[in-house]
Amino acid sequence: MTTVGVLGAGVMGTGVAQNLAQTGHRVVLIDLSPHILEHALAQIEREARMSRLLGGPAVDVPSVLSAITTGTEPDLLAEADFVIENITEDWDRKRRLYPTLDRACPPGTIYVVNTSAIPITKVASVTSRPEQVIGVHFMNPVPMKEAVELIPGYHTSARTIQRTRALLTAMGKKAIEVKDSCGFVSNRVLMLTVNEAAYLVYEGVASAETVDEVFRSCFGHPMGPLETADLIGVDTILYSVEVLYQEFADSKYRPCPLLRQMTDAGLHGRKTGKGFYSYDEYGRAIRAADRAVAA
Amino acid sequence: MDNDVRAQIHGFIASRYPHASIGDDEDIFSLGFVNSLFAMELVMFIEKNFNIRIPNEELRIDNFRTTTRMAELVERQAVAVGQG
Repeated sequence: MTTVGVLGAGVMGTGVAQNLAQTGHRVVLIDLSPHILEHALAQIEREARMSRLLGGPAVDVPSVLSAITTGTEPDLLAEADFVIENITEDWDRKRRLYPTLDRACPPGTIYVVNTSAIPITKVASVTSRPEQVIGVHFMNPVPMKEAVELIPGYHTSARTIQRTRALLTAMGKKAIEVKDSCGFVSNRVLMLTVNEAAYLVYEGVASAETVDEVFRSCFGHPMGPLETADLIGVDTILYSVEVLYQEFADSKYRPCPLLRQMTDAGLHGRKTGKGFYSYDEYGRAIRAADRAVAA
Repeated sequence: MDNDVRAQIHGFIASRYPHASIGDDEDIFSLGFVNSLFAMELVMFIEKNFNIRIPNEELRIDNFRTTTRMAELVERQAVAVGQG
């Protein structure tokens, strides 16, 4: 049985851990906060129950939970075949984390970087094993979304690519390979879309509901860009746009001030109960949140 | 009790989709409304509002297709814990 370490028990890490546990892998879920780990297990239990209702397989919930070990220390990764890293989209934190993994993991462990924008070659440069570093951009919610971007870095070996493809197949994923570039394909386009949608609200051109209605009704998107921002996390959107801005040094990626203010104010979207919309105890969007900055 | 349960469930769905007119026996999945987020919201609403825990084997699409079926699901759990 393959053992996979999952670093970071936020939105993405929790989904990755659930997906792995549901597909017969042993999971070691690590986060700095025991409280976040408790919340993650409760979330996994809740979502695993829902799997069949949502069109997925029937899941043996107790088996899934028993496949997951949680902890706050990287030394739990001593037998990991893979580590999937999903910590905050923050280069300074990632830069400090990977040398720790080099010390904790066996020599053969592959590092799978689940980043939405940071170039894989850059992450590999702060490890002792760049040929064993590869990017996989999972989509949210992880157990329900089949397709992922697979991003080899400059030094990633063919063997690493092959082993990672095998892991993704075992997880029920379809890997779409793209070249290593900040934001890859998905986020380079999506983050600019969300950023521009935020500018429309910031400038008073349209409300959040109106922007989303245009995308749903005119383009047939199941969800508009600002509903998507609330789902991904407004703070995550901001960090991703900032990464694009820093990497390309192109003003077209300058973050909308509204995203920055909402992030500072704690309006992170669904995960904090309020973002561009407010959410009730059942997770329903009840109305657009009061704007933090008037146009 | 049954009519009250139906009314509460119908009220929850209507508050989410105020412009739709949904009969008690209309399949909400076939109307194209339901996505994964709303299905989870429905389960959370039913469990919290009626103070029940839906057994995992009852978390099937067929039990959530119509307001009537959801009300029957609630009734079954209430009977199961002797609250009927």
